[in-house]
Amino acid sequence: MTASGCGGTGRELAQFYDVMRLGAFVTRSITMAPRAGRPTPRMAETPSGLLNAVGLQGPGVDAFLEQELPWLAERGARTVVSIGGGTVAEYTALARRLADAPGVAAVEINLSCPNVEDRGRVFARDGSAAAEVVASVRAATRYDVPVIAKLSPDVADIVAVARSCVDGGADALAMINTPVGMSIDVDTMRPSLAAGTGGLSGPAVRPLAVRCVWQVHAALPGVPIVGMGGVTTGRDALELILAGACAVAVGTALFHDPYACPRILRELEELLQERGFDRLADAVGLAHRPPGSAPRNRTDLEESSL
Amino acid sequence: MAGSPVQVTGTVLTTRRVDAYHALTVVAPGIADRYRPGHFVTVAVGGPTTSMLTRRAFAIHDVKPDYGGTVELVFTVRGAGTAWLADLRARDTLDLVGPLGRPFPLPRDPCTCVLVGGEYGSASLFSLGDALQQRGCRIDFVLGAAGADRVFGALRARRMGETTTLTTEDGSLGMRGRVTDVLPGVIADARADVVYACGPMDMLRGVTAVAAEFDIPVQVAVEERMACGIGVCMTCVVPVIGDDGVTRMVRACTDGPVFRGERVRFDDVGTIPFDALGAPGGRHA
Repeated sequence: MTASGCGGTGRELAQFYDVMRLGAFVTRSITMAPRAGRPTPRMAETPSGLLNAVGLQGPGVDAFLEQELPWLAERGARTVVSIGGGTVAEYTALARRLADAPGVAAVEINLSCPNVEDRGRVFARDGSAAAEVVASVRAATRYDVPVIAKLSPDVADIVAVARSCVDGGADALAMINTPVGMSIDVDTMRPSLAAGTGGLSGPAVRPLAVRCVWQVHAALPGVPIVGMGGVTTGRDALELILAGACAVAVGTALFHDPYACPRILRELEELLQERGFDRLADAVGLAHRPPGSAPRNRTDLEESSL
Repeated sequence: MAGSPVQVTGTVLTTRRVDAYHALTVVAPGIADRYRPGHFVTVAVGGPTTSMLTRRAFAIHDVKPDYGGTVELVFTVRGAGTAWLADLRARDTLDLVGPLGRPFPLPRDPCTCVLVGGEYGSASLFSLGDALQQRGCRIDFVLGAAGADRVFGALRARRMGETTTLTTEDGSLGMRGRVTDVLPGVIADARADVVYACGPMDMLRGVTAVAAEFDIPVQVAVEERMACGIGVCMTCVVPVIGDDGVTRMVRACTDGPVFRGERVRFDDVGTIPFDALGAPGGRHA
């Protein structure tokens, strides 16, 4: 699947291949009102990484429901709608708007938005604020539409936040959102981004993503995890799966290679086949097995309720 | 949207130095077929294990039918990515995606066009000039840069254009000054109907102002920093006034790079104008 904010509206990728081929298409974070985003420069390249501060540019939920979602539904794309807001009420209102819309496969809550009611602290840093959002979105969403909470790695204890979200009713967790980084242009002696700081993505953050997925899967083995963070090859995807992710999203790699998603999927299938797995589920969280033990078989897997 | 772009692994045919610039010819059949003047391509730099994640965008200078179709890119070394490109040799391979963007609109009837190029922005003007001449248009060139070695394509412009005016800021070639100093004279002499421009943002602003004085349309191709070139990264936005009079932050890669000059809010590039759609604290539509 694509990572939020990295696949545009879907039309851009559809120039290269059918969006139906994606496991899921995750939209950029949809907000209530249209947003112009941040000033340029919005992007700075760092070693094996990319800093961005786009600022959730988007047309707002009305235009999204009118123009973007029907198009995706028509193309048969499994659409995960990412939502972002400044207050719990805004998230709830968004979830309500989406509840009547056909073609929403799941709702992903972008918790890395500044909380207007808490001096701009992002929801994802505060377990109770995150849980409040998750609970109200869960309540406003149809029972058969899963709610995924997307977590930020910029927290002291990601397991605690993950647990709060699950307690709040999250059906699955997505991690990681981009950690906040910064780069300074030594020629102009000014920050490279107009916004100063930005989210760091790309292979530079992959070890961070693996660590987060690993810790959360160890603590909450029954919770499905969508792993993401610097995946550019099938091997990277397998790494996150072995750490405990049961689905993998591709983000920054799409900027480099529009065909990243189908390519990574193909590479992953080959890798799984080489290692003798019949299905992906057998590899999920396999790195957690004690050293020296044989790979889990299917009976084990059923016990872990994955 | 630009037809349908393709991703190809092209083989480098030739590399050459042109004054202060590098020119790279790559065999890329799918791209060459679909090319229209104004299109650009993006290339992946650094090889398969690169640490440079963003693609580099370049205007297409020339397209030739040899070997199934070649494209030529002109660039200057600005950082590690373009340095890697400059080190490519014949028979090396290069990952290209293109053609991208909206090409230059062409006039339906023959008319007089002034083509303005700043630095290596003039690279994309020659195929445009060919297309215009095929439609019976008269073309006049105005090319400018900081110094003589940075004026790209002066010879070719002299061969193609009815008139060619060159400017350099240090006076080492043609007139001393900027393209906007000589442009009013060229437009008046040629009785130009339309201006096409490609180059740095402040030059485009100046050219648009001159064209506005003469009340003639101007088409500008902007050079904005991009990460993807296909419209997914949202980093190359510029404030542009839409048909409905509302300013939107539009992507230079998919909505441009060619815009009507008077629609681009050059003074507000690098900011979010307060009256743009969805601007912070602004009017929410």
